[in-house]
Amino acid sequence: MANHDTGAHKSHGGSFKSYLIGFLLSIVLTIIPLVVVLNDMMSRNATLIVILAMAVLQFLVQLFFFMHIRDEEKPRYNLMTLILAVVILLTIVAGSIWIMTYNMTAG
Amino acid sequence: MLDNLKEFASEFFVTGDPLILGAQVSIALTMIAIVIVLTYFKKWRWLWTEWLTTVDHKKIGIMYIIASLLMLFRGGVDALLMRTQLAMPELNFLEAEHYNQIFTTHGVIMILFMAMPLMFGLFNIIVPLQIGARDVAYPFLNSMSFWLFFWGAMLFNMSFVIGGSPDAGWLAYPPLSELSHSPGVGQNFYIWGIQISGIGSLATGINFIVTILKMRAPGMRLMKMPMFSWSVLSSCISIIFAFPILTVTLFLLFLDRFLGAHFFTLDGGGNPMMYINLIWMWGHPEVYIVVLPAFGIFSEVVAAFSRKKLFGYASMVFAMIAISVAAFFTWAHHFFTMGSGANVNAFFAVTTMIIAIPTGVKVFNWLFTMFRGKIQFTTPMMWAIAFIPCFVVGGMTGVLLSVAPADFQFHNSYFLIAHFHQVLIGGVVFGYFAGLYYWWPKMFGFKLNEHLGKWAFWFWNIGFYVCFMPQYLLGLMGMTRRINVYDFDMGWQPLNVVSTIGAFLMGIAFLFQVWQIAHSIKFHKKDTTGDSWGVGRTLEWSIPSPAPVYNFATIPVADERDWWWEEKERREQGIQPKAIPLEPIHMPKNSAIPFIKSLCWFTAGFGFVFNWLWIAIPGLIGVAICMLVRSFQYDTDYYIQVDEIKRTEAALRGAN
Repeated sequence: MANHDTGAHKSHGGSFKSYLIGFLLSIVLTIIPLVVVLNDMMSRNATLIVILAMAVLQFLVQLFFFMHIRDEEKPRYNLMTLILAVVILLTIVAGSIWIMTYNMTAG
Repeated sequence: MLDNLKEFASEFFVTGDPLILGAQVSIALTMIAIVIVLTYFKKWRWLWTEWLTTVDHKKIGIMYIIASLLMLFRGGVDALLMRTQLAMPELNFLEAEHYNQIFTTHGVIMILFMAMPLMFGLFNIIVPLQIGARDVAYPFLNSMSFWLFFWGAMLFNMSFVIGGSPDAGWLAYPPLSELSHSPGVGQNFYIWGIQISGIGSLATGINFIVTILKMRAPGMRLMKMPMFSWSVLSSCISIIFAFPILTVTLFLLFLDRFLGAHFFTLDGGGNPMMYINLIWMWGHPEVYIVVLPAFGIFSEVVAAFSRKKLFGYASMVFAMIAISVAAFFTWAHHFFTMGSGANVNAFFAVTTMIIAIPTGVKVFNWLFTMFRGKIQFTTPMMWAIAFIPCFVVGGMTGVLLSVAPADFQFHNSYFLIAHFHQVLIGGVVFGYFAGLYYWWPKMFGFKLNEHLGKWAFWFWNIGFYVCFMPQYLLGLMGMTRRINVYDFDMGWQPLNVVSTIGAFLMGIAFLFQVWQIAHSIKFHKKDTTGDSWGVGRTLEWSIPSPAPVYNFATIPVADERDWWWEEKERREQGIQPKAIPLEPIHMPKNSAIPFIKSLCWFTAGFGFVFNWLWIAIPGLIGVAICMLVRSFQYDTDYYIQVDEIKRTEAALRGAN
């Protein structure tokens, strides 16, 4: 039963400065791939790599500056869940690529 | 006008099959009967306030169990129809198309609408009681989960009288499930029925993880927690990672069918094999999701009726968590024959064999728990004992299947059918029955009749082996799954007849269980102790049965494994528990939103099934309105005052 009246969320200790840095970083990380794609600055593969790299960095920025993954009290269930999620995510992606290597249709 | 209407109706309703016509008539009659009974006894208000809008985890659990038993009936009838068709060669009892629909709905219903809700029902009723909580972490979300499941299941079940059932197998492999090969609405029913109930399952997974991590009684550290709660935690971990994969996969299939995308089509760059790869990433963890709680139930039942502590607690915990994580690394063994190459097959064969190790650890733990225990052969214990040999044999045929080169022979044969029915019936169904019998007195305050229960037990068990052992042989003789006719000269008839007899024995067993429940409702002896088996070890047995709405008047400090067992021993020695003063109890208020919102989802799903946006869009708007209304509700909780708790407790304990 969540405590609606007292506010179940304690202050996460995010300062104005950290929110501002996070906000700016996330905007920059969004603009970079946009610029690269709109101006055809790189080859197809390089563009894909840039987009993926920016996406991963964006994910980290969100986690650290907005989700406060560092501030969690012990036991760090959120962190544990996140690590397991990343492991499973990598399994899904890498596993699919591996399994589908010899299963590509001509189309 | 009338002709138009006739034409519409003949397309809208499934026509031309006497079996389905019978079902349509009986559904209509049942619905009329329900309305008449509710109106005659003036029960509409009671139904609405006590059940449809409840957020009480115990009532939600009971609704889950009722729904799942109805689904067991539906799925069981499907099974009997199939077995009847296969009893004789070249029989024309079911048309090929109808047969396809029946094996598809049998699979979907048994896994998603029977096993899952039965499991969630037991989660709901037992977990909060077992860890000393007053409800789950998010009671409103819990009610939402149930109603999403319920309306999703209704949407799926409707398909056989309206529009036509899906017929592309229980996992709906493309290209068969694509618009090109299944232009009808059946596949749409499949997608939307599963999507809607799938959101509910995901929410339940989140709910129980938070409940278990955050709401345990003071002193109950994780390693002091009862084993069933551990199994629920491990199962929910798998749920939260597996169900999003299902949702995304089915959504992509929906895009293919609805918007003409090409994710899994044969043309336009699509790849149907990717669907098979993705769906098994959910499908494999799913089987562990349903079997892990069954392992938890066996751990509770075996310890209780052997009157011993569970052997190897820590190894059991380790095994469960190991299974729930390792479950994500074995999915390709479902399609060894797809042609992914030797390396892929070797890797997934090994991971599959590895997963047998923690399972073996658990089997030995149960055996050592029983070793030199004072075993009582009650119905829950009988199911637990019957489970062990059945599951071990099923598991070993699984290891046979995991050998990739051998799998090329077994794949898609009745050998496989026999294997997974043996682990799913022998593991999951036996487990949930054990749990249902064991905790029935906790839910309703009386035990089920043991005599009839034993009849049901023997019919189920004998029926099971008579039905499925011949199927192993049929598989080795070359009989493949999903065929509806076979020739005289195949030599499959004798074993098929035996198998059909076994299926009907299990059907009789189910009737015994229905009789058992009806008989026990009429002639039961009320349990007054709360610990009705007398061997309870964990917290749920320390409170009256059925539990009051707030579960625990005061929450005990449960700092030992098997706290209630230790507490009983202390009380026998004359050490009385320290009285904890009563305090007002904070409880969630009932809400109609989960019911209404899920009904809106059902409406939207129904609209998408027929591609009628004039129904789908209002349905989605309804969903959005429900969300908005809920966001502005602040008055969602209340307190039960001390004198009311005293009155309730006096009434419940006074019966002692």
